[in-house]
Amino acid sequence: MAEVSTQGLSRIPDTGPGPLALYGRFVSQSIRATLQYRLSFVLMALGYFVTSGVEALGVWALFDRFGMLGRWSLAEVALLYGMVNVAFPISEALARGFDIFGQEFVKTGNFDRVLLRPRSTVLQLAGHEFQIHRIGRLLQGLIVLGIAMWLLPVEWTVWRLALMAFTILSGVVFFYALFIFQAALSFWTVESLEIMNTLTYGGVETAQYPLAIYQPGFRRFFTFVVPLGCISYFPAVAILGIEDPLGSTLWMQVAAPLAGYLFFAVSLVAWRFGIRHYTSTGS
Amino acid sequence: MNSRIFLAIVAVRCRMLLQYRAAALAGFGTQLFWGFIKVMVFVAFYASAVSEPPMTFAQVLVYIWLGQALLALLPWNVDKEIAEQIRSGGVAYELLRPVGLYGFWFARTLAFRLAPTLLRMVPMLAFTYFMLPWVGLAEWALPPPASSAAGGFFLLSALATLLLSTAVTMILHISLMWTISGEGFNRMMPGVVPLLSGLIIPLPLFPDWLQGVLFWQPFRGLADVPFRIYSGHIPASEAVLEIGMQLGWSALLIGMGVALLTRARRRLVVQGG
Repeated sequence: MAEVSTQGLSRIPDTGPGPLALYGRFVSQSIRATLQYRLSFVLMALGYFVTSGVEALGVWALFDRFGMLGRWSLAEVALLYGMVNVAFPISEALARGFDIFGQEFVKTGNFDRVLLRPRSTVLQLAGHEFQIHRIGRLLQGLIVLGIAMWLLPVEWTVWRLALMAFTILSGVVFFYALFIFQAALSFWTVESLEIMNTLTYGGVETAQYPLAIYQPGFRRFFTFVVPLGCISYFPAVAILGIEDPLGSTLWMQVAAPLAGYLFFAVSLVAWRFGIRHYTSTGS
Repeated sequence: MNSRIFLAIVAVRCRMLLQYRAAALAGFGTQLFWGFIKVMVFVAFYASAVSEPPMTFAQVLVYIWLGQALLALLPWNVDKEIAEQIRSGGVAYELLRPVGLYGFWFARTLAFRLAPTLLRMVPMLAFTYFMLPWVGLAEWALPPPASSAAGGFFLLSALATLLLSTAVTMILHISLMWTISGEGFNRMMPGVVPLLSGLIIPLPLFPDWLQGVLFWQPFRGLADVPFRIYSGHIPASEAVLEIGMQLGWSALLIGMGVALLTRARRRLVVQGG
């Protein structure tokens, strides 16, 4: 069991396509491969549409029964639900390499091969697979978001739409960072931990409802430690143009999604740190 | 197949599956987190309810925590080993065994449902029943059964759930003989089963006009029936009838599985050379 060193690899002359072009090639390869099995792709996407869509049905049924969730209406919660369900499947589709990193790269020792190639590990894993069937959940999220926009008594000005787009983009970045954290952790745990699902899938579940309804400790955790609320609840309050029961100012609400990018930067640091501690499992 | 062989297969498979304790522990953490989110969401909904909901909050708590404890019992996935046998053609060996294929797989499937459930159920029930009051979250804890009769009927109903869940899983297994890779309706199960069994939200909370449809479907027996017997939402006087319905659906689905398997065997092509 030898420590694999990445030192010296950067000296190999870098010819061939640049990182973005290469990434584009990875993605288009992956999409083409998936579409070879067209029926299988359609059924997977449809399955994902249904399994995530039942959640939306549940939320609807609860509002039908209870009328309101505290001060929150169905349309307001649908906005939160829609934004997070658009952002998450995009991350999921793009970050598959990190999601399965434990089982398929660390446990098998395949990461050695990744380290030997003259490209950054992040680029290679990002291009590992593009899971186009995640479109099933994306579609579901878009439908809910559309319904929310239609129901809300809000004028859809350019800045509102821009803030919504910015929030969703930040959400994609935030969830991507979670997948990188999960992968970095598996340098120590070898297998990906199911407990990380509480932050990814559990994060989606949490962000589907207003942060204000949760307990204070839980709320603080999802604002300051894992900034889930910053890419959903706080900007959503600004989009809705309502007073935040948690007392945030408009300025804070609009700037909050930036925390998603900070979180991403921290995840890359964790990734670097993890690689330095990597010991191959051997053949 | 006689019952001695059947029980021996169940016992052997269970003993093997009970080895996966680390996975169960990780699952416990995840499900606990899930349970807390659900509890907090329902606390908020109940705090602002305008009219009297058809279930008390305590009954919802029972529903949430039993749901987390018995999650592995739901028939939303297939036994990978059986799926692999069908895909690789190994099913030919299964047909050579001196026991009926349906009975043999049924025993394996029963263990596949039972063992992971036992592993996850024990810590979840212990934590939510004893620990939560102890750490000051008594109002979130799993309440005791409504009465001793409710507790007894709950155990019987949970056994019927095991039977029903195994019967549904068997149909998933047998359907693989047609689709091989397990696509089609197997992919819908992770969505359909939680919704119709009550795991997404308790069935009585769905709109009143849907209650009739929700009553006459087998998946209700996977979660809704045992949970409501426990909490007394289904009174002990009606429990026998409800358990009878669970068993009736099980018998129907087992019959369907046997018929499907007979047809599948007639058109079975074993892959490989």
